Amino acid sequence: MGILSYFKQPKVTKLAWKVWQRNRDVFSKTYRVNFIPPFLEPLLYLLALGFGLGYFVKEIEGLSYSVFIAPALISISVMNSAFFECTYGSFVRMYYQKTFAAIIATPLNLDDVIAGELIWGATKSLINGGIILLVVSAFGLVNFSLALLILPLSFLGGFLFAGLGMLFTAISPNIDSLNYPTFLLITPMLLFSGTFFPLSILPKAIQTLAFVALPLTNLVSIIRGLTLNSLGWLQLFNLAWILIFSIVLAILSINLMKKRLIE
Amino acid sequence: MKRFHFGVNMPPVILAEGLTKRFGEFVAVDGIDFKVDKGELFGFLGPNGAGKTTTMKMIQCVIPKTSGRIEIAGMKVEGHEREIKGLLGVAPQEINLDPDFTTIKNLLVYSRYFDIPKEEAKARAKNLLEFMQLWDKRDVSIDKLSGGMKRRLLIARALVNNPQILILDEPTVGLDPQARHLIWDKLKSLKLEGVTIVLTTHYMEEAAQLCDRIVIMNYGKIIARGVPSELVRRYAGSTVVEAVNDPKVIECLKRMKKEEYEIVGDTIYIYTDRPRKVVPALINVCKIAKVAAREATLEDVFLKLTGRALRE
Repeated sequence: MGILSYFKQPKVTKLAWKVWQRNRDVFSKTYRVNFIPPFLEPLLYLLALGFGLGYFVKEIEGLSYSVFIAPALISISVMNSAFFECTYGSFVRMYYQKTFAAIIATPLNLDDVIAGELIWGATKSLINGGIILLVVSAFGLVNFSLALLILPLSFLGGFLFAGLGMLFTAISPNIDSLNYPTFLLITPMLLFSGTFFPLSILPKAIQTLAFVALPLTNLVSIIRGLTLNSLGWLQLFNLAWILIFSIVLAILSINLMKKRLIE
Repeated sequence: MKRFHFGVNMPPVILAEGLTKRFGEFVAVDGIDFKVDKGELFGFLGPNGAGKTTTMKMIQCVIPKTSGRIEIAGMKVEGHEREIKGLLGVAPQEINLDPDFTTIKNLLVYSRYFDIPKEEAKARAKNLLEFMQLWDKRDVSIDKLSGGMKRRLLIARALVNNPQILILDEPTVGLDPQARHLIWDKLKSLKLEGVTIVLTTHYMEEAAQLCDRIVIMNYGKIIARGVPSELVRRYAGSTVVEAVNDPKVIECLKRMKKEEYEIVGDTIYIYTDRPRKVVPALINVCKIAKVAAREATLEDVFLKLTGRALRE
């Protein structure tokens, strides 16, 4: 047993879809206001940083500053949407609303429930990533050749951050403990993943570390490749990294959740 | 609705043998045996922490047993969780209605977990809300419902899949007498339709009124079982005579020999089948002023067997 028990293959069935539908139903109750924050937030960043700060920055690696940060804004939103959905959102459903306990009294098992939550988190990333893609496109900051590939990538990246969030949800004793991963992991990543300045100004070792250890670095790199229509071996590495870690985190978070709620 | 045929050799709907659940060092359920027959209304009684809820959760396939055997509708729990859960309706002790939805939407969303088609789910939701007298509240959000309404909705939700077995963990806890009687009526009519019902309760009157058979649990073990009225006769006799705690009374009782009694605070409880002898003896012979005789109840059995000390 031991550590291997955290990587047992989950028994997920298509019933997980029912959980996704439940969350979609809650979301669509208030759909009119749901689209305002993901629309407004990147717009503010774009105005303040892209056009405000960008006025002084002029050029980064041959790009205008707003073109440089546009893919970062998409990536950050992908990260935040799924991470916060599967931390605070899932924690409330699990702990305060007892929604998971209610659902596992039906033919669904906990594996289905958590898988449904993860897919819903990824869906939120897809929705919000899509909205920002529209915003930055409207400002002409995106090369359209590959831009639509950003949508499936928002979903995949969302699934990665959903798994990361669910992992912390599974091990947090209370909702306040979720502040730690938020401030110690998400905020630093938001600033130091090649988002608002290029990693190339950092020492080589730190650059390597950023690609090996930080999910957002990989997501920004691949989405920037898509908005600029310039893909290379690095982006293939990014894709592989995201795929592998998505699967590992999903499996790990489902097993940790089972240990928390069942055993 | 499903119909059941009663026969001599019907296999039990729920069968448990040596059922045990440990949480670390703590033994929550300690090798219990019981069986519930089809169409029966079966009660689990016991103080807080006796292991009732843990037993319910093992029946529900929500927590795995540590050892022993448990079968539901002839199926071993392990490996048949989804099938079994499809046959069960569960109303837990803790109200876990979905606060993100209205009353009727709670039933519709829950129906979806059982793969019930949309139109069918709507028809059932309407029937169930009418059955539980909640139809007027169908579009109200959950936090606007009273405690009694929430309990009723919780039972309605447990019925969306037309369950063969209904599991109710403290179905009337915290309700006023009106709401409690309404729920009792509904449970009786479900029983008439052939639904097997397993419930846990702290209310002795509830168990005495509703249950065909009960078990009393204490510290994870079953310490008594049977038909409620028989348990009363077996453990408390026909009558309980209450007298003040006075050395004179005890002396008097000792002279009468056979009478069984218990001292609790200011009161002496005498469990007897011969109240017509005991009461006059206490009043006339021993000159005890305050003596009261009443019918023995399940509560007397319960307190006698599980003790009067608080558990929490």
